[in-house]
Amino acid sequence: MTPTTTATFDESDLVAKAKAGDAQAFTELVNHYERKIYRLAKHITQNDEDAEDVLQEAFLKAYEHLDGFKGDSKFYTWIVRIAVNEALMKLRKRKGDRTVSLDEPVETGEETVQREIAVWEDNPEQRYSREEMQEILDSAVQTLKPDFRTVFMLRDIEEMSTEETAETLGISIPAVKSRLLRARLALREKLTRQFRRKGEDVFAHL
Amino acid sequence: MLTCKQFLQELNDYLDPSTDPATKCHLEKHVNECPNCFVLVDTTKKTLQIYKGVEPQTIPESVKARLWKALEKKIAARKAQA
Repeated sequence: MTPTTTATFDESDLVAKAKAGDAQAFTELVNHYERKIYRLAKHITQNDEDAEDVLQEAFLKAYEHLDGFKGDSKFYTWIVRIAVNEALMKLRKRKGDRTVSLDEPVETGEETVQREIAVWEDNPEQRYSREEMQEILDSAVQTLKPDFRTVFMLRDIEEMSTEETAETLGISIPAVKSRLLRARLALREKLTRQFRRKGEDVFAHL
Repeated sequence: MLTCKQFLQELNDYLDPSTDPATKCHLEKHVNECPNCFVLVDTTKKTLQIYKGVEPQTIPESVKARLWKALEKKIAARKAQA
């Protein structure tokens, strides 16, 4: 089986072919999405072994239940949901030993919390190598509680809507919103420590 | 005028392109008058930009190989059934 990457990727066409029994079409879907699903799994589980299991389970389940995919959402959204459910199951199994909490909780409702407000250096993306940047971003996500990082991954990385995220995680829309806000603020805070402009008046730009 | 605390609660709405112009305008007023919230908005936007701009890394070869092996097995099993 040699997956081929087609220049034009037509998700609905591939899904239709796969549903009709074309295994090659399914492998193209896997080939197209495997990296994203692996990243999602790794960020939620924070564990290489679990992420690998989630990756396999998600695609095997999708293949098995392809007939049940009605096409009322995108195939990608569907596979993300399967992967998230698998990843959350892994997390629950490990609960207690891997739960990472925010080291400095950002309480958005509290005025007393000191927030790091600082202007960033210009174009931090260009100052770090790809690997260094990856490391910085991953370690910031790792500091978030599972509830927060999962919402952040679905809303901001997978670009699911608030409603889709709520449905996927089985939580309310206000819960998605407040977790997303807290996740974003906590990440911003982490990155500010990394990227803040050094040795200058904070408001020099104004 | 909104307090910073009130603005913070609405930060996601402010960043959401689908928020209605009137709400946005109301929030914008605070941002323009408050240097701290201006920086907060700017660095939150940059945070999201950076995260969204990073392509997922490639999967380790061994992980990939095991995924494809498992898939091949599954596909072969289905073909045998048919």
